[in-house]
Amino acid sequence: MNIIIKNSAEVPIYEQIMNQIKAAILSGELKEGDLLPSVRGLARDLNVSVITTRKAYDCLEAEGFTINMMGKGSFVAPQNMELLRETRLMEIEKRLTDILDYGKPVGISGADLKNIIDVLIREE
Amino acid sequence: MNVVLEINNLCKNYADFSLQNINMSLEKGTLTGFIGPNGAGKTTTIKSILNMIQPDQGKITVLGLDSVHNDLAIKSKLGVVLDDGHFYEDLTLQKMTRLIAPMYSTWDNQAYHAYLDKLELPEDKKIKHLSRGMRMKYALVLALSHGAELFILDEPTAGLDPLVRSELIEILKDIVLADNKTVLMATHITSDLDKIADYLFFIVNGQIILHGPKDEIKDQHAIVKGDPALLLPDHADHFVGLNKSSYGFEGLTDNKAALKKVLPSQTVYEVPSIEDILNYYARRPSC
Repeated sequence: MNIIIKNSAEVPIYEQIMNQIKAAILSGELKEGDLLPSVRGLARDLNVSVITTRKAYDCLEAEGFTINMMGKGSFVAPQNMELLRETRLMEIEKRLTDILDYGKPVGISGADLKNIIDVLIREE
Repeated sequence: MNVVLEINNLCKNYADFSLQNINMSLEKGTLTGFIGPNGAGKTTTIKSILNMIQPDQGKITVLGLDSVHNDLAIKSKLGVVLDDGHFYEDLTLQKMTRLIAPMYSTWDNQAYHAYLDKLELPEDKKIKHLSRGMRMKYALVLALSHGAELFILDEPTAGLDPLVRSELIEILKDIVLADNKTVLMATHITSDLDKIADYLFFIVNGQIILHGPKDEIKDQHAIVKGDPALLLPDHADHFVGLNKSSYGFEGLTDNKAALKKVLPSQTVYEVPSIEDILNYYARRPSC
């Protein structure tokens, strides 16, 4: 698993760590029961504060991605993939609505957006 | 939270300077940066912790022990590096160490030699022939060689070149992250703390003006730049300091989230360095 921290980014460092571990879990790179690196080990390797790494781990647990076991470390929790897919879909719908609204005032239509998406998919 | 050092309402008055109500607590296994301009009270605070001066008021607990009544017990568990080493210039490192080692019942000769090798310090060299960087490394080796739990460093990186500084920083990182020890580091070289600090305490004119986890402080604050025409009078509440020029304004906000709501796009928000934060707070008229 790679974790890249951008110090100048708008996103707080603990969120950057969280997002990248989440992505690794969602992509299946980290599987249920896998042990995450220790808080101190990760802080050391990423050159960030232990407080920040701990916060990232606490938030991951609060969101149900991991389970912290006292003295043993943090493990990847069983994921309900159906539910995750559903929440992602809802999030995508919401963002697309925002994008539609964003285009409207200058006359960018739904068809234009579809075109953009088609081009992006082809490039990928 | 496992507290290693606790300072409650520390006050010390001098004719021309006073330390006012300093409160601080350090968590085990973390590095705390103690930052402020020259003469802000960093060394006075550290000397109080080390029982080198008598505070007028306040209580200091080190490793669960009262700093005044358990002086000896505490000192054997402290690793202290002060601004200049106070070594005998004409002695070699070997002879100097032979003087110091017996003072600690917990002296670990094996650890001492391991660190000496690691930092490439020649034992047969006289202290007066050491460079500034080597002196600092030697002082650190001595502090590391008696099983200390808490390290108190006063300006450890002042006057060192960037390479030696980053070497020292790596050692400090090891002490904290691998060995779970605690470090309090007073400095005005804030770029070192940008890299390794967990907690920060800002001191200006004898008062702690800001403290907290480093990354939280950096998330809450932002350097904001933009067109002065966009600024409304009630935005001023969100700024610690603000400079305007004919090309635009630049300021430091201590509430990025709130300011972003009222000050729209076309404004640049940047992550501040610790130095930016210190500069704005230190320049602010005292309240």
